[in-house]
Order: sequence, then structure tokens, then C-alpha cells
Amino acid sequence: MSDPKNMIIEAVDIYKYFGDVQALNGVSLTVEAGKVIVVVGPSGSGKSTLLRCINYLETPTSGEIYIDGQLMTNDQRILNETRAEIGMVFQLFNLFPHLTAQENVTLAQNVVRGRSKEEAQEIAMQQLERVGIPEKADVKPAQLSGGQQQRVAIARALAMNPKIMLFDEPTSALDPEMIKEVLDVMLDLAQEGMTMVCVSHEMGFARAAADEVIFMDNGLIVEHTTPDGLFNNPQEERTKLFLSQILQH
Amino acid sequence: MAEQPTDLETRVGPKIEFRGDPFASRLSSFPWWFLGLILIAVWAVFIITTQESYREAFDFIKQGIPVTIYITLISFTLASVIGLMAGLARISRSVVLRNIGTFYIEVIRGIPMLVLIFYLALVAVPSVVDGMNAFGEWLDGNGLGFLGGIFLAIENKNVPLEARAVIALAVTYGAFMAEVFRAGIQSIGRGQMEAARSLGMSYAQSMRYVILPQAVRNILPALGNDFVAMVKDSSLVSVLAVRDITQVARLYAGRSFRFAEAYTIIAVMYLTMVVLLSLLVQLIERRLRANE
Ligand SMILES: Nc1ncnc2c1ncn2[C@@H]1O[C@H](COP(=O)(O)OP(=O)(O)O)[C@@H](O)[C@H]1O
Ligand SMILES: [Mg+2]
Repeated sequence: MSDPKNMIIEAVDIYKYFGDVQALNGVSLTVEAGKVIVVVGPSGSGKSTLLRCINYLETPTSGEIYIDGQLMTNDQRILNETRAEIGMVFQLFNLFPHLTAQENVTLAQNVVRGRSKEEAQEIAMQQLERVGIPEKADVKPAQLSGGQQQRVAIARALAMNPKIMLFDEPTSALDPEMIKEVLDVMLDLAQEGMTMVCVSHEMGFARAAADEVIFMDNGLIVEHTTPDGLFNNPQEERTKLFLSQILQH
Repeated sequence: MAEQPTDLETRVGPKIEFRGDPFASRLSSFPWWFLGLILIAVWAVFIITTQESYREAFDFIKQGIPVTIYITLISFTLASVIGLMAGLARISRSVVLRNIGTFYIEVIRGIPMLVLIFYLALVAVPSVVDGMNAFGEWLDGNGLGFLGGIFLAIENKNVPLEARAVIALAVTYGAFMAEVFRAGIQSIGRGQMEAARSLGMSYAQSMRYVILPQAVRNILPALGNDFVAMVKDSSLVSVLAVRDITQVARLYAGRSFRFAEAYTIIAVMYLTMVVLLSLLVQLIERRLRANE
């Protein structure tokens, strides 16, 4: 797959069924390197499933995923190598509770990237500084606020030097006063040119950071356009209905 | 393997409230049973020091204590390894491994422990060694003598009964511990494995560095209880003539006809070990809870 525009993610006609539930009904998506894509849509519309298919945490029922030209398969070697290039941030943080913040950030560097302990620790401290909590390096996740945990989770992903970052509703489990600290980190990242696919209903973030916005419903991409196009000039009835619902809050 | 309440307190039954009478309330919740245990210990020390026949019996039987301890320790270590592997097999994505794991556990569960000890030590181990020897000779005959040597190194006449006893206990307990490990691993949320895999860690690496450290911590009390149970069940190896405290006591009783002395002493010995170890398990459990 040689593209002049360097499409770093290509999802081709992805279907995903969980038994009878059709989570994705033929989704195709290409993401250019350096772009920020925000995905919105009602609960159960398949946003998480799409994200999880991109790094093959879920195996699509049919369809193909290419990451930087590499076709994803269940070959474990390819899978592990490619996933190391894709950071993922989860709604519920999923920090490793038995490890300190710094150890959370060093583990995969050490085990996957083969970096020495010293090197991994240095990079971990740089990343913790980047997300604004170097002073929490030796603290276990249970002692951190939700916002701090999510920032450690972002540092953990960034320490692998990924080419792509996936965010699955990174602020929806946070108390309102902590949302901004996480969005600020994401905004910085977007400005530094990271390729990002973010499931998020934070309209402010979408307007400020997104190059493209996708509206999903019933396992389909209903609209794929610019932030301005989607929020100010939605084409589909379903999009209008959804926007009117989330803008009420 | 009998189920053991982790908390010694639970053995005294429901807590009875005496409203308005703190003294009666304290009397009713005092651990009288523990006082009873201590009295037994004091009484045992007393008769061993004052009665000649008890002292003689004790001096003879105590030579079995190191055997009981090392048989238990080695068997438990081996059983943990077997249990971990069987537990992992039970939750494996491979149909073959899953079925092998379940088969092993169900077979062991379906046979009385005493019969298993006889069978594993006197039938299974010799058969496996014979099979290895036959394979070694076959390799020899096909010009692979250097490999054959490995399979000929062990012969049945060189496998001591202690080793057979350890293997028998470990294979038996491995099946019980497999379920403990499986439950421990499955108690860790899916998100942990997903986070580890999303960073590019392999299944094995994720298990090793993320899932197992958390799982083992959660099952430490259960593993401790298995260890306590194994101290008791190690007495079964006496049927293989392994000279643990039970076997030594049997020998002593058979020779001197001092049945009361011999069996009282080993009963108190087991009881002491079990109560002390149970307290230790409880202590570890409290520590873990406090650290959470
Ligand atoms: N592991 C799973 N097993 C069964 N059904 C699932 C699973 N994951 C998601 N689904 C179903 O797939 C659909 C899409 O889910 P999801 O991608 O999580 O939606 P969203 O993230 O947009 O809320 C939902 O109907 C959900 O119930
Ligand atoms: Mg979701």
C-alpha cells in the first residue's frame, strides 16, 4: 500500500458481530498521518468496537485493517509489533494497580522495546513531566485522582513512541473539574502532530483539535466531515437529533 | 482436602449479642476455643517433661519432623508450579490445552487421595520411568546414544520412596491449586490484559508482569490454606514407608505398644503446626488488606 498521502490507518469494510449483535456494519476509514479524528455517536453505536478493531483488541468478523501499510492479522508477532506503535487510552484508565506510576510507564518499554532500566526510567520521567505529574512517579494508582490516573495512562502509551494514539472516551469517567487537565494534554499532543483517533463528546476539544469528525450510528459511519461541517451544518436527520441531545447538557 | 475457614473466628459460629451487659458480651465473644488449644499445648509439654514414656516417645518421633517439613515444602512448591500450569491451561484459548487441564483436574478429584498416593507412587511413576527407559533404549538402538543417555539416567530402583511421595502429593494438590490459580486469574478485570496487550506485550508477558502478580496477591490466603491442608495430608505418605512423623509414630507404637503416647504426640504436633500456620496465614491476609 503506497500512498502519496501516507494513510497511516486504513480500515476497509469492517464488520464485527458479537453473536447476534452487529456492532460494526461495514465501516471504512482512512486516517492520514498527523491528523486528529474525533468520533461521536450514541452509546452502542460501535465507536469503541471500531477503535478496538484498529489495534486488533477485537478481531473483525470481516474486513481489513492496515497500520502504516501493515495488514493486521492474528499472527502474534505482527500483532505485538504493530500494537507497540499504537497507544491506547481507555475510559477506565486500566493502570496496573500493583505498580507505581513510573513502573506503569517503564514496564512495556522494558519488556517490549527492550530498553534498559535506566533508559526506560528516564523516558518515563520525561513523559510524566509532559503530562504534568512528575511528582507522582512513586505513587500507586490507587492514591491518584481520576485525572492523574488518566494522565499516567497517557504517559504510559506515549513512552512507547507510538505513531498513533487511540482514545476511548478518556474523560467520561472523570469528575468535571478533572476533565480539563486531561484534555489539555490531548490538545498539546494534537498540536505536536500526533495522529489521533478520539472517541469523545467534548465539543470544545473537537472544535479546537479535530481535523475531521465522524458521526457513527448503528455500526455505520453516518457522516465524516470537518468539525464545523458536523456541528454547524449536519446533513443527516440522525446527526441533527444526536447533536440536539448532547448539546442540551 | 477439607475446606478451611480462613478466619479462625468463623469457627466459633454466629456472634451473639448481649444487649446492655458488656461483661456477658465479652464473656460470650472471648475465644475460649483458643484457650482450649493453649491448654492442650501446655498439657502436652507437661506430660512430655514429666512422664518417662511420653518423653521417650517424643524423642523418637521428633526425628520425623524434618521429613514432614521438607516433604511438605517440596511438594507444595511443585504443586504450585503444576497448579499454575494447569490453571493457565484451563483458561487457554487452545481447545486441546483446555481439555487436558479439565481432564487432569476431574480425574484427580474423582479419586480418593489415599488411592491416588498409592497409584501415583507405585504405578504411575514406575510406568513413566519404564517408558522413558524404553524410549532411551530405542534412541540408543537408532544411533542416538547421546540423547538416549538422558532417558536412561533414571531407573526405577533409583527413585526413592520420598521422591515418589513428593510427586504423588504434588500431582494431587496441583489439581486443587489449579482451580485456585484459575479463579485468581479470572478475578482480574479484562481491562488489565487489554491494556497490557495494547502496549504490544505478548500474552505470556502480560500474564507474567501484569495479571499474575495481582492474581497471586489475591489468592495468597487461599494458597496459605492449601499449604496448611498439605501439612496434614502429608501424613498420607506414611503408607509409602516414608519416615515422616506419622510413619515414625506408627513404627514406635507397633514396637512398644505405647499407642496412647505415640498418637497423642503426633496429634498434638500436627495441631500445633496447623494452628501456628493458620495464624500466620491470617496475619498475611490482614497485612494484604491493610496495604490495599
Ligand atoms: N465484547 C462484547 N460482547 C458482546 N457485545 C458487545 C461487546 N462489545 C460491544 N458489544 C456490543 O456492540 C455494540 C457496540 O458497542 P460499542 O462499540 O461498545 O459502542 P459504543 O462505544 O459506541 O458505545 C453494542 O450493542 C454492544 O452491546
Ligand atoms: Mg464505548
